Amino acid sequence: MSLNKTLNINTSPHIVKGIRTDEIMRNVVWALIPVAAFSVYAFGISALFVIITAVVSSVLTEHLLCRFADKESTISDWSATITGLLFGLTLPPNFPLWMVFSGGVIAIALGKYIFGGLGYNVFNPALVGRAVLQAAFPVAITTWYPAFSADRFTTISSSTFTFPFAQPVYDIVSGATPLSAFKFERISASTMDLAMGLTNGSSGETSAFLILLGGLYLIYRKMMDWHIPVAMLGSVFLLSGLLHLIDAEHYASPLFMLFSGGLMLGAIFMATDMVASPITPLGASVYGAVIGILVVVIRTWGGLPEGVMYAILLGNALSPHIDSLIRPRVYGTARKGGQA
Amino acid sequence: MTLSFSKKNTFKHGIHPPESKDETNKLPIRRFPFAPVMIIPLAQNIGAPSEPIVREGQEVVRGQVIAKASGFVSVPTHAPASGTIRKIGNVPTISGKMAQGIYLDPFPSDTQEVDEGDPINADSASIDEIIAAIQNAGIVGLGGAAFPTHVKLKVPEGKKCDTLLINGVECEPYLTTDHRVMLEQADDIFTGIKYLLKVTGAEKAIIGIEANKLDAAEHLQKHIPAESPNISVAVIPVKYPQGAEKMLITAVLGREVPSGGLPIDVGVVAVNVATTAEIGRLLPHGRGIMERVITITGPGVKKKGNYLIPIGTPLRYVLEQVGVEDNISEVYLGGPMMGVAVSNLDIPIVKGTSGVVVFTENEVKAHKEKIFPCIKCGACVEACPIFLNPSKLGILAKKEGYDQMAGEYNLMDCFECGSCTYVCPSNIPLVQYFRLSKSILRKRA
Repeated sequence: MSLNKTLNINTSPHIVKGIRTDEIMRNVVWALIPVAAFSVYAFGISALFVIITAVVSSVLTEHLLCRFADKESTISDWSATITGLLFGLTLPPNFPLWMVFSGGVIAIALGKYIFGGLGYNVFNPALVGRAVLQAAFPVAITTWYPAFSADRFTTISSSTFTFPFAQPVYDIVSGATPLSAFKFERISASTMDLAMGLTNGSSGETSAFLILLGGLYLIYRKMMDWHIPVAMLGSVFLLSGLLHLIDAEHYASPLFMLFSGGLMLGAIFMATDMVASPITPLGASVYGAVIGILVVVIRTWGGLPEGVMYAILLGNALSPHIDSLIRPRVYGTARKGGQA
Repeated sequence: MTLSFSKKNTFKHGIHPPESKDETNKLPIRRFPFAPVMIIPLAQNIGAPSEPIVREGQEVVRGQVIAKASGFVSVPTHAPASGTIRKIGNVPTISGKMAQGIYLDPFPSDTQEVDEGDPINADSASIDEIIAAIQNAGIVGLGGAAFPTHVKLKVPEGKKCDTLLINGVECEPYLTTDHRVMLEQADDIFTGIKYLLKVTGAEKAIIGIEANKLDAAEHLQKHIPAESPNISVAVIPVKYPQGAEKMLITAVLGREVPSGGLPIDVGVVAVNVATTAEIGRLLPHGRGIMERVITITGPGVKKKGNYLIPIGTPLRYVLEQVGVEDNISEVYLGGPMMGVAVSNLDIPIVKGTSGVVVFTENEVKAHKEKIFPCIKCGACVEACPIFLNPSKLGILAKKEGYDQMAGEYNLMDCFECGSCTYVCPSNIPLVQYFRLSKSILRKRA
């Protein structure tokens, strides 16, 4: 009888909810697919090359680093794929591929691996990669390819295959992004164009609508902390709305602020990096609000037209401090200045 | 009178695991036969073990005291069957260690007379007499904690108990013993409450029941004795771990037991409903506890059900009677959230055994899954019923930062409900880390 077989001994609980980390990561990838697809639709094959290169370099770097360290490869947890996708989506569609590749290596190696891999990164790895590129290639990263150009599916931007360390050559260059147009010329784009992704910008930041859709999917699946985007977008809206009320000439409208640049992509997919954001709902809300304020401050008074990347990186740096400051009261312990 | 039910009457956080109770909650309690040998450990409760007062070869009568209490936090042990004491020595226990116990060979007969002692009348007996009677009946918390019931009934000087809370929550998935006891033993429960009200001096008694047992709640509500208008039934929303004393007190009364304190610190004494029924059944006859209701269930069990099983029945005998599937893989005592897996089927059913759940290879696979690093998703933080940060505690445990865990992150308040581990997407055995950390800290102290 089967009563004589050796029994398994497991510690309790003997049942688990069954949503696994790699499943969460995979779903983030699904949520990003429409955004990436729209990017290719708007910017053509150049954008496709950028995204693929970013993903391949991130995943490859993670795989090789694990191999060098004699550890089991961690690419099957899908987090390197997310980093690659996000990183690629923040770059201009005509960004030289060798730079994309280097950025992907940096994102994983410096942004994630040296901290200890998944779960230990202090900053969002994709943004670490982009920040390094921004410092190293300030011109390339602000030279934009026009959206919806007629030959986008047949020709590749001349800068895409720039030989490493050579000066990129640009044949067609678009006008300014909506944010720089506003910053330097006070021209405001229509909110509808911004929401639907009809403007210039980084590969994956232009369609606010699809980004929101992906976010809603993840929130519905309970795979994303909604407090962060809500607090972040809310504080951007309120602060920029206040400024716009004071002086509509100098300060962009709150809707323009919400839907332009990398804010949506940042609020939904970047700031929400679970590892680099606070763990409690209240902490997450504070973190989101702080990032939102920083975005408005940098965009309005900083030297750059866009500030989402730096705002999120600063928020990441604050995150552990927010977690040690904001802690829920443990059941049965005294309330501040009162009894239990 | 209608049942009181508010969705708000619950604690914050917690989880909703699948209930898995449907296969047994309609099955009436059935009596189990006597096993050819009974294995009776002397330590079946928290506190001091009992001391044998019989010798090898002696014949005993069912219900006879075979080992006496060895102090206040201790209870006697009664013979679960009439028979011969075969041996006094080491018996196997669930922890894997051997412990002192008694082997009893029951007489081969179906019906057995029960040894009766002095009946205790709830109206005329004094508080101390009732407390002594509960101790003498060998009663411990049947919900699983196995803490001697009479100890917590003794309201300390200077404290007052205003509410007696009867715990009929049974929040562990799979288990349906309390459910069946409430449906089948209402009279015993109300008799038990009568004793308990007298002992604690509480003004009122509330029976807390989760909304997945509405039939039991309505049944009890209907049978509240006319002379006891101070007894009521509170239906609360289904949520784990609401059966934990502290969570139930918060759910029903909105009070918060202080960290490191006891329910009596907020004027409450909480007693499990099956324990209450046992008091109501045993005391009027001066009997001791000899058997208890146990749910035998799980995908690996053929004849699932709620069984009245003599204490000391070997687990192997129990599983032989109900039959198990060929691909069984894990057997544990208690529910799936807090139950303890057994390695050796020769251990006996004890007073604290509320359920036997058998899993097959299909269910156990979930545990074999890969462990990922903590991604700080916060699921554990949202699950913890006492607002700890299991993620941080888990990271500290790995670094052996035990003092910081206890000092800064309230490790000692963790009552090991397992909610954090249940929700963890990275399969980190958090609650096991916490058990180990606590035992290391206790050893150091």
